[in-house]
Amino acid sequence: MKVMLVDDSKTMRTIQRNILMQLGFKEIEEACDGLDALSKVGPFAPELLLVDWNMPNMDGITFVKTYRAQGGRSPILMVTTEAEKTRVVEAIRAGVNNYVVKPFTPDSLSQRINETLTRAKAA
Amino acid sequence: MRRSLRVRIGYALRAGMALLAARWRFMDAQQITSFVVSTHQVFSTMLSLTVTAGKPYTCCAVPKFENEVSGIIGMSGDMQGMVVLSFPTSTAKNVIRAFTGMDMEPSSPDFADAVGELVNMISGAAKAKFEGKNVSISCPSVVIGKGHKVAQPSDAVCITIPFDCPAGQFSVEIAIKSAKAAANPTSQHPSSAKAA
Repeated sequence: MKVMLVDDSKTMRTIQRNILMQLGFKEIEEACDGLDALSKVGPFAPELLLVDWNMPNMDGITFVKTYRAQGGRSPILMVTTEAEKTRVVEAIRAGVNNYVVKPFTPDSLSQRINETLTRAKAA
Repeated sequence: MRRSLRVRIGYALRAGMALLAARWRFMDAQQITSFVVSTHQVFSTMLSLTVTAGKPYTCCAVPKFENEVSGIIGMSGDMQGMVVLSFPTSTAKNVIRAFTGMDMEPSSPDFADAVGELVNMISGAAKAKFEGKNVSISCPSVVIGKGHKVAQPSDAVCITIPFDCPAGQFSVEIAIKSAKAAANPTSQHPSSAKAA
Protein backbone atom coordinates (compact mmCIF):
# COMPACT_ATOMS: atom_id res chain seq x y z
CA MET A 1 0.00 0.00 0.00
CA LYS A 2 1.22 3.49 -0.91
CA VAL A 3 1.38 6.05 1.89
CA MET A 4 2.21 9.76 1.65
CA LEU A 5 3.62 11.68 4.62
CA VAL A 6 3.03 15.44 4.52
CA ASP A 7 4.90 17.31 7.28
CA ASP A 8 7.36 20.21 7.22
CA SER A 9 9.46 18.51 9.92
CA LYS A 10 11.86 15.92 8.56
CA THR A 11 12.19 14.55 12.10
CA MET A 12 8.45 13.91 12.30
CA ARG A 13 8.36 12.36 8.82
CA THR A 14 11.18 10.00 9.82
CA ILE A 15 9.39 8.98 13.04
CA GLN A 16 6.17 8.32 11.10
CA ARG A 17 8.05 6.47 8.35
CA ASN A 18 9.66 4.15 10.93
CA ILE A 19 6.25 3.38 12.48
CA LEU A 20 4.73 2.70 9.03
CA MET A 21 7.62 0.39 8.10
CA GLN A 22 7.12 -1.55 11.34
CA LEU A 23 3.48 -1.95 10.31
CA GLY A 24 4.62 -3.41 7.00
CA PHE A 25 4.13 -0.41 4.68
CA LYS A 26 6.93 -0.21 2.15
CA GLU A 27 5.94 2.34 -0.47
CA ILE A 28 6.22 5.67 1.33
CA GLU A 29 6.50 9.09 -0.29
CA GLU A 30 7.26 12.31 1.61
CA ALA A 31 6.22 15.93 1.04
CA CYS A 32 7.38 18.95 3.05
CA ASP A 33 4.21 21.07 2.71
CA GLY A 34 0.81 21.19 1.02
CA LEU A 35 2.15 22.52 -2.28
CA ASP A 36 4.80 19.81 -2.46
CA ALA A 37 2.15 17.20 -1.64
CA LEU A 38 -0.19 18.47 -4.39
CA SER A 39 2.59 18.10 -6.93
CA LYS A 40 3.21 14.49 -5.81
CA VAL A 41 -0.28 13.03 -5.23
CA GLY A 42 -0.94 12.69 -8.96
CA PRO A 43 2.09 10.61 -9.97
CA PHE A 44 2.37 8.70 -6.66
CA ALA A 45 -1.37 8.03 -6.18
CA PRO A 46 -1.27 7.39 -2.41
CA GLU A 47 -3.82 5.06 -0.81
CA LEU A 48 -3.39 6.73 2.60
CA LEU A 49 -2.14 10.20 3.55
CA LEU A 50 -0.80 11.41 6.91
CA VAL A 51 -1.01 15.20 6.92
CA ASP A 52 0.25 17.85 9.37
CA TRP A 53 -1.77 21.07 9.90
CA ASN A 54 0.76 23.89 10.39
CA MET A 55 3.15 24.03 7.45
CA PRO A 56 4.71 26.85 5.41
CA ASN A 57 3.61 27.63 1.81
CA MET A 58 0.36 25.64 2.07
CA ASP A 59 -1.08 24.35 5.35
CA GLY A 60 -2.65 20.94 5.81
CA ILE A 61 -6.28 22.09 5.78
CA THR A 62 -5.85 23.96 2.48
CA PHE A 63 -4.12 20.91 1.03
CA VAL A 64 -6.95 18.58 2.14
CA LYS A 65 -9.62 20.89 0.68
CA THR A 66 -7.73 21.19 -2.61
CA TYR A 67 -7.04 17.44 -2.79
CA ARG A 68 -10.72 16.63 -2.19
CA ALA A 69 -11.84 19.32 -4.68
CA GLN A 70 -9.57 17.71 -7.28
CA GLY A 71 -11.32 14.38 -6.72
CA GLY A 72 -8.80 12.77 -4.34
CA ARG A 73 -10.62 10.04 -2.39
CA SER A 74 -7.90 8.30 -0.39
CA PRO A 75 -8.32 8.36 3.40
CA ILE A 76 -6.52 11.17 5.21
CA LEU A 77 -5.22 10.96 8.77
CA MET A 78 -4.37 14.37 10.20
CA VAL A 79 -1.36 14.25 12.56
CA THR A 80 -1.04 17.59 14.29
CA THR A 81 -0.47 19.57 17.48
CA GLU A 82 -3.88 21.26 16.97
CA ALA A 83 -5.88 19.54 19.70
CA GLU A 84 -8.89 21.84 20.21
CA LYS A 85 -12.30 20.35 19.42
CA THR A 86 -13.05 23.25 17.05
CA ARG A 87 -9.95 22.34 15.01
CA VAL A 88 -10.92 18.68 14.86
CA VAL A 89 -14.38 19.65 13.57
CA GLU A 90 -12.82 22.02 11.01
CA ALA A 91 -10.51 19.24 9.80
CA ILE A 92 -13.33 16.70 9.48
CA ARG A 93 -15.40 19.24 7.53
CA ALA A 94 -12.44 19.83 5.21
CA GLY A 95 -12.33 16.13 4.36
CA VAL A 96 -10.08 14.52 6.96
CA ASN A 97 -11.08 10.94 7.91
CA ASN A 98 -9.29 10.58 11.23
CA TYR A 99 -7.19 12.62 13.64
CA VAL A 100 -4.09 12.09 15.81
CA VAL A 101 -2.78 14.72 18.21
CA LYS A 102 0.98 15.11 18.67
CA PRO A 103 2.67 13.97 20.85
CA PHE A 104 1.72 10.39 20.05
CA THR A 105 3.08 6.97 20.94
CA PRO A 106 3.91 4.48 18.16
CA ASP A 107 0.96 2.39 19.41
CA SER A 108 -1.55 5.24 19.25
CA LEU A 109 -0.47 6.21 15.72
CA SER A 110 -0.54 2.58 14.58
CA GLN A 111 -4.01 2.15 16.04
CA ARG A 112 -5.32 5.25 14.22
CA ILE A 113 -3.76 4.15 10.92
CA ASN A 114 -5.42 0.72 11.15
CA GLU A 115 -8.71 2.30 12.25
CA THR A 116 -8.63 4.74 9.30
CA LEU A 117 -7.97 1.97 6.78
CA THR A 118 -10.65 -0.29 8.27
CA ARG A 119 -13.23 2.50 8.12
CA ALA A 120 -12.23 3.36 4.54
CA LYS A 121 -12.66 -0.27 3.47
CA ALA A 122 -16.07 -0.48 5.11
CA ALA A 123 -17.29 2.72 3.45
CA MET B 1 -31.61 50.60 56.34
CA ARG B 2 -29.60 52.77 53.88
CA ARG B 3 -26.43 52.14 55.86
CA SER B 4 -27.11 48.43 55.73
CA LEU B 5 -27.51 48.61 51.92
CA ARG B 6 -24.24 50.55 51.53
CA VAL B 7 -22.46 47.98 53.65
CA ARG B 8 -23.90 45.17 51.54
CA ILE B 9 -22.85 46.88 48.28
CA GLY B 10 -19.39 47.46 49.74
CA TYR B 11 -19.09 43.80 50.65
CA ALA B 12 -20.35 42.77 47.19
CA LEU B 13 -17.84 45.05 45.43
CA ARG B 14 -14.94 43.88 47.54
CA ALA B 15 -15.96 40.26 47.04
CA GLY B 16 -16.28 40.83 43.25
CA MET B 17 -12.86 42.47 42.97
CA ALA B 18 -11.27 39.76 45.02
CA LEU B 19 -12.95 37.16 42.82
CA LEU B 20 -11.71 38.96 39.68
CA ALA B 21 -8.17 39.20 41.01
CA ALA B 22 -8.25 35.58 42.05
CA ARG B 23 -9.57 34.64 38.62
CA TRP B 24 -6.76 36.49 36.85
CA ARG B 25 -4.19 34.94 39.13
CA PHE B 26 -5.79 31.57 38.48
CA MET B 27 -5.71 32.12 34.72
CA ASP B 28 -2.00 32.96 34.84
CA ALA B 29 -1.27 29.96 37.00
CA GLN B 30 -3.39 27.80 34.71
CA GLN B 31 -1.41 28.91 31.65
CA ILE B 32 1.89 28.19 33.35
CA THR B 33 0.56 24.81 34.44
CA SER B 34 -0.47 24.10 30.82
CA PHE B 35 3.15 24.46 29.72
CA VAL B 36 4.46 22.32 32.58
CA VAL B 37 1.96 19.58 31.70
CA SER B 38 2.56 19.81 27.93
CA THR B 39 6.37 19.71 28.37
CA HIS B 40 6.04 16.66 30.60
CA GLN B 41 3.66 15.06 28.07
CA VAL B 42 5.95 15.68 25.05
CA PHE B 43 9.13 14.51 26.80
CA SER B 44 7.56 11.38 28.27
CA THR B 45 5.65 10.38 25.10
CA MET B 46 8.14 11.20 22.36
CA LEU B 47 11.49 10.96 24.20
CA SER B 48 10.74 8.54 27.06
CA LEU B 49 12.25 11.11 29.45
CA THR B 50 10.69 12.16 32.75
CA VAL B 51 11.05 15.88 33.43
CA THR B 52 10.88 17.70 36.74
CA ALA B 53 9.71 21.31 36.74
CA GLY B 54 11.41 23.79 39.06
CA LYS B 55 9.96 26.96 40.52
CA PRO B 56 9.03 29.44 37.74
CA TYR B 57 10.72 32.85 37.81
CA THR B 58 10.47 36.06 35.79
CA CYS B 59 12.77 36.29 32.79
CA CYS B 60 14.52 39.39 34.24
CA ALA B 61 16.02 37.17 36.95
CA VAL B 62 19.48 35.67 36.38
CA PRO B 63 19.01 32.51 34.26
CA LYS B 64 20.11 29.19 35.77
CA PHE B 65 22.19 28.33 32.66
CA GLU B 66 23.36 29.92 29.41
CA ASN B 67 21.02 29.49 26.43
CA GLU B 68 22.81 27.96 23.46
CA VAL B 69 19.95 26.38 21.50
CA SER B 70 16.48 27.94 21.41
CA GLY B 71 13.30 26.91 19.60
CA ILE B 72 10.84 29.79 19.22
CA ILE B 73 7.10 29.74 18.48
CA GLY B 74 4.84 32.77 18.07
CA MET B 75 1.24 32.76 19.30
CA SER B 76 -1.55 34.84 17.80
CA GLY B 77 -5.31 35.16 18.15
CA ASP B 78 -6.93 35.57 21.57
CA MET B 79 -3.51 35.17 23.20
CA GLN B 80 -0.41 36.75 21.68
CA GLY B 81 3.28 36.40 22.36
CA MET B 82 5.93 33.76 22.20
CA VAL B 83 7.22 30.54 23.69
CA VAL B 84 10.93 29.73 23.81
CA LEU B 85 12.37 26.29 24.54
CA SER B 86 16.03 26.79 25.51
CA PHE B 87 18.86 24.38 26.17
CA PRO B 88 22.59 24.38 26.82
CA THR B 89 24.20 22.52 23.87
CA SER B 90 24.97 19.38 25.92
CA THR B 91 21.31 18.99 26.97
CA ALA B 92 20.07 19.74 23.46
CA LYS B 93 22.30 17.00 21.99
CA ASN B 94 21.09 14.48 24.58
CA VAL B 95 17.45 15.46 24.03
CA ILE B 96 17.70 15.25 20.25
CA ARG B 97 19.37 11.83 20.53
CA ALA B 98 16.43 10.65 22.67
CA PHE B 99 13.94 12.15 20.19
CA THR B 100 15.42 10.98 16.89
CA GLY B 101 17.58 8.03 17.95
CA MET B 102 20.57 9.66 16.25
CA ASP B 103 23.62 11.65 17.34
CA MET B 104 23.53 15.06 15.70
CA GLU B 105 25.68 18.17 15.82
CA PRO B 106 23.99 21.58 16.23
CA SER B 107 25.36 22.55 12.79
CA SER B 108 23.11 19.93 11.16
CA PRO B 109 19.82 21.22 9.68
CA ASP B 110 18.10 18.13 11.11
CA PHE B 111 19.15 19.22 14.61
CA ALA B 112 17.30 22.55 14.23
CA ASP B 113 14.33 20.73 12.67
CA ALA B 114 14.04 18.44 15.70
CA VAL B 115 14.29 21.36 18.18
CA GLY B 116 11.59 23.17 16.20
CA GLU B 117 9.30 20.16 16.31
CA LEU B 118 9.71 19.87 20.08
CA VAL B 119 8.71 23.49 20.75
CA ASN B 120 5.87 23.07 18.24
CA MET B 121 4.45 20.09 20.15
CA ILE B 122 4.88 21.76 23.56
CA SER B 123 3.16 24.98 22.42
CA GLY B 124 0.38 23.15 20.59
CA ALA B 125 -0.40 20.91 23.54
CA ALA B 126 -0.33 23.89 25.95
CA LYS B 127 -2.60 26.12 23.87
CA ALA B 128 -5.16 23.33 23.62
CA LYS B 129 -5.56 23.74 27.38
CA PHE B 130 -6.40 27.48 27.14
CA GLU B 131 -10.15 27.04 27.59
CA GLY B 132 -12.35 29.22 25.41
CA LYS B 133 -9.41 30.83 23.61
CA ASN B 134 -8.84 30.70 19.88
CA VAL B 135 -5.06 30.67 19.53
CA SER B 136 -2.88 29.93 16.51
CA ILE B 137 0.80 29.07 16.56
CA SER B 138 3.46 29.98 14.00
CA CYS B 139 5.93 27.69 12.31
CA PRO B 140 8.95 27.38 14.65
CA SER B 141 12.26 29.21 14.36
CA VAL B 142 15.48 27.96 15.91
CA VAL B 143 18.40 30.07 17.13
CA ILE B 144 21.77 28.44 17.83
CA GLY B 145 24.65 30.41 19.34
CA LYS B 146 26.44 30.69 22.64
CA GLY B 147 24.80 33.03 25.15
CA HIS B 148 22.15 34.37 22.80
CA LYS B 149 19.15 36.20 24.22
CA VAL B 150 15.66 36.12 22.73
CA ALA B 151 14.01 39.53 23.18
CA GLN B 152 10.55 39.28 24.74
CA PRO B 153 7.59 41.64 24.28
CA SER B 154 8.05 44.61 26.62
CA ASP B 155 4.40 44.66 27.70
CA ALA B 156 4.02 40.98 28.59
CA VAL B 157 5.21 39.31 31.75
CA CYS B 158 7.82 36.73 30.81
CA ILE B 159 7.97 33.63 32.95
CA THR B 160 10.76 31.04 32.81
CA ILE B 161 9.96 27.50 33.89
CA PRO B 162 13.17 25.57 34.60
CA PHE B 163 13.16 21.83 33.96
CA ASP B 164 15.49 19.01 34.80
CA CYS B 165 15.57 15.59 33.18
CA PRO B 166 18.12 12.75 32.68
CA ALA B 167 19.30 14.58 29.51
CA GLY B 168 20.14 17.74 31.50
CA GLN B 169 18.64 21.11 32.38
CA PHE B 170 16.51 23.23 30.06
CA SER B 171 13.82 25.89 30.26
CA VAL B 172 10.55 27.00 28.72
CA GLU B 173 10.06 30.78 28.59
CA ILE B 174 6.53 32.07 28.12
CA ALA B 175 5.70 35.69 27.27
CA ILE B 176 2.02 35.77 26.33
CA LYS B 177 -0.84 38.13 26.98
CA SER B 178 -4.49 38.47 25.99
CA ALA B 179 -5.15 40.12 22.61
CA LYS B 180 -6.77 43.09 24.42
CA ALA B 181 -3.55 43.81 26.28
CA ALA B 182 -1.58 43.26 23.08
CA ALA B 183 -3.52 46.09 21.37
CA ASN B 184 -1.56 48.52 23.57
CA PRO B 185 0.41 50.76 21.15
CA THR B 186 3.57 50.51 23.27
CA SER B 187 3.95 46.82 22.40
CA GLN B 188 6.96 45.72 20.38
CA HIS B 189 7.44 42.85 17.99
CA PRO B 190 9.23 40.16 19.93
CA SER B 191 10.83 37.97 17.32
CA SER B 192 14.42 39.09 17.46
CA ALA B 193 17.38 37.27 18.92
CA LYS B 194 20.78 38.60 19.87
CA ALA B 195 23.96 36.69 20.41
CA ALA B 196 25.85 37.80 23.50
